[in-house]
Amino acid sequence: MEMVQAKELIYEYEKRDEEGNVIGMSRAIDGVDLDVLPGQFVAILGHNGSGKSTLAKQINAILVPSGGTMWVDGRDTRDPDELWNVRQSAGMVFQNPDNQIIGTVVEEDVGFGPENLGVPTDEIWTRVEESLKAVGMIEYRSHSPNKLSGGQKQRVAIAGVIAMEPKCIVLDEPTAMLDPNGRKDVIRTVQELRKKKQVTVILITHYMEEVIDADRVYVMDHGRVVMDGTPREIFSRVEELKQYGMDVPQATMLAEELRKRGLDLPRGILHSEELVEHIMALKKR
Amino acid sequence: MAIRLEKINYIYSPGTAYEKHALKDIDLEIPDGQFLGIIGHTGSGKSTLIQHLNGLIKATSGKLYYNGENIYDEGFNLTALRSQVGLVFQYPEYQLFEADVFTDVCFGPKNLGLSKEECEIRAKEALELVGFPEKYYHQSPFELSGGQKRRAAIAGVLAMRPKVLVLDEPTAGLDPKGRDEILEQIRHLHEQTDMAVVLVSHSMEDIAKYVERIIVMNRGEKMLDGTPKEVFSHYRELEQVGLAAPQVTYIMHDLKECGLPVRTDATTIEEAAEEIMRSFHD
Amino acid sequence: MIRDITIGQYYPADSVIHRLDPRVKIVCTLLFLISLFVQNSLLGYAIATVFLFWVIHASKVPLKFILRGLKAIVIILMFTVVMNLFLTTGGKELVHIGFLHIYEKGLRTSVFMAVRLIYLIMGSSLMTFTTTPNALTDGIEKLLHPLNKLHVPVHEVAMMMSIALRFIPILLEETDKIMKAQIARGADLESGNIIQRTKAMVPILVPLFVSAFRRANDLAMAMEARCYNGGEGRTKMKPLVYRKRDRAAYGITILYMVVIVLVGRFVPFQIWIF
Repeated sequence: MEMVQAKELIYEYEKRDEEGNVIGMSRAIDGVDLDVLPGQFVAILGHNGSGKSTLAKQINAILVPSGGTMWVDGRDTRDPDELWNVRQSAGMVFQNPDNQIIGTVVEEDVGFGPENLGVPTDEIWTRVEESLKAVGMIEYRSHSPNKLSGGQKQRVAIAGVIAMEPKCIVLDEPTAMLDPNGRKDVIRTVQELRKKKQVTVILITHYMEEVIDADRVYVMDHGRVVMDGTPREIFSRVEELKQYGMDVPQATMLAEELRKRGLDLPRGILHSEELVEHIMALKKR
Repeated sequence: MAIRLEKINYIYSPGTAYEKHALKDIDLEIPDGQFLGIIGHTGSGKSTLIQHLNGLIKATSGKLYYNGENIYDEGFNLTALRSQVGLVFQYPEYQLFEADVFTDVCFGPKNLGLSKEECEIRAKEALELVGFPEKYYHQSPFELSGGQKRRAAIAGVLAMRPKVLVLDEPTAGLDPKGRDEILEQIRHLHEQTDMAVVLVSHSMEDIAKYVERIIVMNRGEKMLDGTPKEVFSHYRELEQVGLAAPQVTYIMHDLKECGLPVRTDATTIEEAAEEIMRSFHD
Repeated sequence: MIRDITIGQYYPADSVIHRLDPRVKIVCTLLFLISLFVQNSLLGYAIATVFLFWVIHASKVPLKFILRGLKAIVIILMFTVVMNLFLTTGGKELVHIGFLHIYEKGLRTSVFMAVRLIYLIMGSSLMTFTTTPNALTDGIEKLLHPLNKLHVPVHEVAMMMSIALRFIPILLEETDKIMKAQIARGADLESGNIIQRTKAMVPILVPLFVSAFRRANDLAMAMEARCYNGGEGRTKMKPLVYRKRDRAAYGITILYMVVIVLVGRFVPFQIWIF
């Protein structure tokens, strides 16, 4: 069974004028189909305003569909009786590291989710400790979040989600406000968690380097899924990606430039090593 | 010679537990019209450094000359300096406050005591320079898209007609298209006017693509200073301080190691592609 | 600039006072404050002094930190002393310079008032020095819990307090940034009369409010995403449980109160060394 499944998902919100009167409906998501299998790493790309964050919020039932259906772990997100189960099985990490940490001490923040779930005190402590270890932040357990770097705060936020023992983690542009080192830390942490806990990961981002290892990539534009496939398939369509306001990794871009200049390189090169190999093979021929 | 720093030192909260030597003996000259990039990881002192350039932070010791005048001299007009050295902070859209974009952009010139007409002329000119669409001039800044907000905020600084424009990570949080648009706009600005531009960025690729000179900051010290090619040839040292060269530079090094006779100093995709093709044709 | 302001003056140390349940500290501090007002004799103040300094010693908070808190009330203190000294009449006249008279009762009242005020500040700052803001909030929540029956949203108020504590430093830093950004655009925040200066605050307050609302919105969403649904059905990671030392502390404080009340009742007002 799919971990997350969307069928013809539509989300509309009311557009209002300056006096607050409804002047029409705006479609943020327009007929999206999404299938995420347990344990998969799925990336959703799209420029700002493409509807990708709205889609992410549907998975956690912060928003519910106006049309179509969203199932999370087999549960319809529109069923009010299932609301807390949906939110427990699909944890969410947001963009701004400051605005999602509730506790004034790191460990208390990680304990916040389990407290809400009514987990017994002793177990909260075990979960907090395990989660902080899993993201490599255990030595900061009694620090104030205000003194941490952006990347560290995001790792605390991830620990806070892990402590709720979700089957799936949705990360909504978790690295957009971080510096390159913070970005690497967060992505590495997510990859390690996937290996250790077999948790499903849905990553929303516009950094192309972060999606190279994804099992599947969706590209969104104007509330629709306009491209989907493996990273190799997606990144072999450079022009199309550019048209949707997206980038490609530098190695892919360089390969594309070389192809334009007449080198017979295959499409969809993702890594530097691959590119070097192909160029050297051409040279030897 | 627009700005010259001589042995600038800055110490945060001296005498407390949080004391931090944020800048150490910085010597730096920013000539008129230069496009300068500053890189360094978080906490390397680059933000502190740029806040010295318009006198927002006063150095603990050292001298800072603007067109030959020491800005720490008594009676030096700091407001005038701030109009000459425009500083655009990170996420500058968070400083917008007026009911419409146009009035907000007028805020800077108004503070300089200019007439209403002059303010409006400058605001219009600034908004045109950043490519802000005229149809949004009288919209609330809070209703704009991220990229447009940022343009409006940059225009708010440009309206003071600075001679030096300092931008702290102007592309933070933007998507790839928004990022390219803003950077192209800045390049365009630099070409159109005689302004010097100081660009602080975390993206080595962006820095390599746009600037003519790079300063590398590390632990409050100026670690490297040179053209992108010079600076990125020190990629091993850069890695040691948590930075890196653009990805293409690494690809060129790998190619050379594998035996392809290429020069390794390419820092942009264009340069790399040209160089690889050259090695094929030779 | 503004970032130097710190909220909550917790002094981290490992002492028995630090380890006490926050409820104990709140209740005992209140009792101590009351004890200063139920008696008015030298003996009583002597006992209060011994008690206060004994607790300060046990807390391992350096005395100078606690005395620093007095700076804030120096003016009120002087005002109280001067007013009492010259305006209270009664008893023997001690000094007479021109139109100023100091009476015995005036001297005594002013000294006692000063001591009361000083001890009041010292006692309550000892509590904030030894209790993290979070623990304080927890303590208040638990102490006020019975009010829940009267439909007072105790949990929500406590949650608000703790969130405020988390966001005050962030908003202060943000204020700093916005101020700098506007100064960089030539804003003049320092000169002019009060009206001009108030007007000059608009470019700072508007972005600050906008940002605070944005943060509040994000935070509410993040809390919901983590299954926050009010106080009902919640467990606690750090539940407040009275331990032996807490009961001992209550015992000691109650004993102290009994002594003070007895002193107040049986030792006459007039014990006076002069």
